[in-house]
Amino acid sequence: MTTDAISTDVIIIGAGPVGLFAVFELGLNDMKCHLVDILDKVGGQCAELYPEKPIYDIPGLPVVTGQGLTDALMKQIEPFNPVFHLNQMAESLTKTADGKWRLTTDAGTIIEATIVVIAAGGGSFVPKKPPIKGIEEYEAKSVFYAVRRMETFRDRKILIAGGGDSALDWTLNLQPLATKLTLVHRRDEFRAAPDSVNKMRELVAAGKIDLHIGQIVHLHGEGGQIEAVTLKPDAGEPYTIECDTLMPFYGLTMKLGPVANFGINLHQNLIPVDTEKFESDVPTIFAIGDINSYPGKLKLILSGFHEAALMAQQAFRYVHPDRKLRFQYTTSSSDLQNKLGVTAE
Amino acid sequence: MKLLVTDLEGVEHSIDAMPNWTVMEIIRDGDLPMRAECGGSCACATCHVYVAKEWIDKLPAMEGEERDTLDGGFEVEPNSRLSCQLIMTSDLDGLKVTLTQDSAG
Repeated sequence: MTTDAISTDVIIIGAGPVGLFAVFELGLNDMKCHLVDILDKVGGQCAELYPEKPIYDIPGLPVVTGQGLTDALMKQIEPFNPVFHLNQMAESLTKTADGKWRLTTDAGTIIEATIVVIAAGGGSFVPKKPPIKGIEEYEAKSVFYAVRRMETFRDRKILIAGGGDSALDWTLNLQPLATKLTLVHRRDEFRAAPDSVNKMRELVAAGKIDLHIGQIVHLHGEGGQIEAVTLKPDAGEPYTIECDTLMPFYGLTMKLGPVANFGINLHQNLIPVDTEKFESDVPTIFAIGDINSYPGKLKLILSGFHEAALMAQQAFRYVHPDRKLRFQYTTSSSDLQNKLGVTAE
Repeated sequence: MKLLVTDLEGVEHSIDAMPNWTVMEIIRDGDLPMRAECGGSCACATCHVYVAKEWIDKLPAMEGEERDTLDGGFEVEPNSRLSCQLIMTSDLDGLKVTLTQDSAG
């Protein structure tokens, strides 16, 4: 936790492909960026949802994977030394006495800047919550969707639900600490890394983990303390399993989150912008990529790149009001080439 | 060609179905709720639907990737499918699906 505010030119909310490319366009125009993202890695949907999937419609790249595009963008923006605040949610946005924006994250990071660029795509990635009746009353008491500190789970009777990497990783990490660990998945196949699956199978064979195949349909307990779950197998009768901690790991979903409370005009959870500057109804707050809307909008990465370039022109006028905006090409401008750390032939 | 979609309230909607479109796209085009967060790349399970029993066998069988991604869905049943993986053809005129909490919740 820090109470010292970081000062920069531009805060970018969202480190997906469009947020990353915005660093490049802003950097060419002499603006420094800090990026905030709720994920623990950069790349947004490209890195979280489809790192291995090929993308075929990035100009000049006949085929690139989500992770490949992310890596290439990170290399491209390296000369501009962007600062990343990962694993943090942009929580509140206020104005300072001298007219700058002050963004506070849920980790206590405070960043002050002239410009805010919202490149938050479909919103914040948050854990999927099983639609089991009454689960809310257990949340944060005995139902957890993430692990902040492993020690919290020592000597507990843990039930982990899910079949992906998060479910398997936490099964393996928490098993030594737990009094008892039960893994529940709806089928006896796991899409997690084969190595994790093998280790889990070995622990099951050694009697150190219980594995049950089925879906959780009911929670038992009171006052927020879970005592058991009812499991429905594919065939046969439902039965109960005792536990004092339930950890569902079903992947992530997207929610707009606190951006909705930033005082910007929203329409159907999107931020309407003009198509000259991609600015919201609040001057100096811009929205680019999947989160904005305007007539003819296409939710494509390439549209976001274009929006980033135009946004950067207007941002320059706010950040450097005393300077004249000069349009230059990277092919011919020694000024731009210096910024990129390259020398022309 | 029609697609019959039952919403979470149990109301059935008959919507126009275009050949070679995915069932996910058709539902979205028909102005019914359809989250489909990953945009149809079989990566998120938020286009999960139930297919009416009589239609199950008329659909191409589920592939491994769809089966894996369905792990991110809830209340998965034997007739669960990801609608982004179902491509509409004339054989499927009148296909009946029901939205789920995942796709429309």
